[in-house]
Amino acid sequence: MELLIFYPLALVSVILALFVVFNKSPIGSAVCLIGMMLGLAGVFILLQAHFLAILQIIVYAGAIMVLFMFVIMLLNLKDDDTKWKIRERNIFLSSATGVLILGILYKIIDVTTDTKFDSPATVPDNFGTVEVVGTTLFTDFVLPFEVASILLLAAMVGAVVLAKSKVD
Amino acid sequence: MVPLTHYLIFSAVLFSIGVLGVLIRRNAIVVFMCVEIMLNAVNVSLIAFDRYLNQHDGQIFSFMVMCVAAAEVSVGLAIVIALFRNKATVNLDEINLMKW
Repeated sequence: MELLIFYPLALVSVILALFVVFNKSPIGSAVCLIGMMLGLAGVFILLQAHFLAILQIIVYAGAIMVLFMFVIMLLNLKDDDTKWKIRERNIFLSSATGVLILGILYKIIDVTTDTKFDSPATVPDNFGTVEVVGTTLFTDFVLPFEVASILLLAAMVGAVVLAKSKVD
Repeated sequence: MVPLTHYLIFSAVLFSIGVLGVLIRRNAIVVFMCVEIMLNAVNVSLIAFDRYLNQHDGQIFSFMVMCVAAAEVSVGLAIVIALFRNKATVNLDEINLMKW
């Protein structure tokens, strides 16, 4: 049953991610990215991470993608990406990256064929709910949480300063 | 039940697509979107490990990843706007002021 939900979601997410890369217009890429994030929210729900699934929809598919759309429409970008292809100078770099990613994939498969990861742990009913994750966030991880708020404040100030006036 | 390996392979495939996009696209905004794909792929593997090890630390970490992604996108798009004011392009190959 879980397989029947996981594979369509994963397939749709991967195809939409490919469309993000190979779409001609930036606005089409943004729409495909929203679809991919909704698919990933479905995967999170399948993994019983309800709080993160809600955050994925609100923060990513909502706030961040609206920001992308806003900037694309503000800059009035045409399809000026017509001549894109692999940069000749970067062929070595690209091959090295591909080899690295293949190595990572191999290592992941190697590690996780361990029997320990074959089936999920039996989790309590309230696993991944807002209550449990929030309790962990405000007790064990309260310092990182506060640092994250300072980071967001700094990013806000930085964005305002950068976009405010002309750069000399 | 889905084995953990499938989630990890799914995450690795998404990450590779993101890297591919960063390497072959020249539009700065599309490159940002591909960075978002990579961050999301990492979130998938964090949450999958969480579920299979019955812990909450990975979800907290992926929450922090979302915070950093929001900060990164706001600052990055502000930089793109500032660059567009200066050079009237978002083509990354033409923005080589600091290259050498």
